[in-house]
Amino acid sequence: MKDRYDVLVIGAGPAGSIAAKTAAEKGLDVLLIEKRQEIGDPVRCAEGVNKEYLKKHVEIDKQWICADLKGSYIFSPDGTRIEMAEEISGGEVGYVLERKVFDRALAEQAAAVGAEVRVKTRATGLIIEDDFVKGARLMHLGKEYEVRASIVIGADGVESKVGRWAGIDTALKPIDIETCAQYLIAGADVNQEYCEFYIGNEVAPGGYVWVFPKGEGKANVGIGILGSKMGKFKPRPVDYLNDFLQKRFPDARIVEMVFGGVPVSGSIEKTSANGLMLVGDAARQSDPITGGGILNAMDAGKLAGEAAYAAISAGDVSLGKLEEEYEKKWRATVGHEIDMSLIVKNCFINLTDADLDSLAHSLKDVKFERMSLLDLLQALFKANKKLLWDLRVLFKDAAKEVIKNRT
Amino acid sequence: MSININRYKCGYCGACVGVCPKGALELVETWIEVDESVCIVCGICDRICPVGAIEVMK
Repeated sequence: MKDRYDVLVIGAGPAGSIAAKTAAEKGLDVLLIEKRQEIGDPVRCAEGVNKEYLKKHVEIDKQWICADLKGSYIFSPDGTRIEMAEEISGGEVGYVLERKVFDRALAEQAAAVGAEVRVKTRATGLIIEDDFVKGARLMHLGKEYEVRASIVIGADGVESKVGRWAGIDTALKPIDIETCAQYLIAGADVNQEYCEFYIGNEVAPGGYVWVFPKGEGKANVGIGILGSKMGKFKPRPVDYLNDFLQKRFPDARIVEMVFGGVPVSGSIEKTSANGLMLVGDAARQSDPITGGGILNAMDAGKLAGEAAYAAISAGDVSLGKLEEEYEKKWRATVGHEIDMSLIVKNCFINLTDADLDSLAHSLKDVKFERMSLLDLLQALFKANKKLLWDLRVLFKDAAKEVIKNRT
Repeated sequence: MSININRYKCGYCGACVGVCPKGALELVETWIEVDESVCIVCGICDRICPVGAIEVMK
């Protein structure tokens, strides 16, 4: 480990590794650090990603694909099943990954193009001089180091500290986080071609239960509960999960336990500072409805890597320059999507189970293979007029889509 | 006032660290460190923990 790099990336998840790889490919001197001793482990994820989207970033390697999906089923509280074909299911189905292998492969790709990778290396604070982030203090195997860099990229996940150290308030309020528990189960009868989602206040207040096949009869069965619906004396996600498992897969054997927190805040006010960018969960870039974040993280990581190159080449790593090169670009793409999702999330968390059932009944007849946002809005109107009014902001997008389809 | 973390129960997910308004918690590998000089005993970490490994006593 040297004491000076062009770019220091803190956290070797998908966001950090793609950022490091992108910057290194452009010829920058990059250090990628990971506080844990193993990249990708422990997993804190349900591991589903959209196929086509993933191919934009990496060549698919069978080693980290566990299941290839045809679509998903959503179950409303009364058990009404809605089927969604893969191509319109949103960003969260397609492949179910093995994150332990996938995350490490991404870090290896960053290393292959020249980034230095250090595991068991934790950032303990930033070096800030003249209001500019100039590097970080690191701890590796109990020894402290000071590493300077023109740009620091914070990719340190849900528990991010890097932003806070730079004066960006990334603290999540209870309504901004889904708190999750998941089991990898074996020995149960799991449909290996479809994901399942269960919604309703009884099974998962303000969230959902998921069943993601993982190949060879296994599945990730997990739950996310909205933090604002939790309380000291209320059941925990793990309690809800145990109940669900008992009912749906009574014979399942639990071969792994996973816990996690997923930001569902929508885009936060600021993700850059002088000499600093935040990416992925650290920048709260996961989707507020689905909780999916891998692809957004990879998109943002790429943008941040490119922005680092542009800023360093121009000799200007100020907030203004990073806003232009990174902030503006991610807000126009990933940011727009998650802000739209936030509007939907805020409507959905207030629906009763009866509302959800009535919605499911009217969606049942929609031909989902060819579903457009307009079809969905019509179905929503049938089910719940108030919901449609609450979601009126989305009309703009629907109108755009209709116009696009006509031309 | 105190904050107790049951490390035999903790799933080291970092959710509590993400919600701490004061940045008083830190996840280091498989344990949570608490900076008691910063903690305001607000109890949000206790409320958010998916397994109930944190107990905040006011």
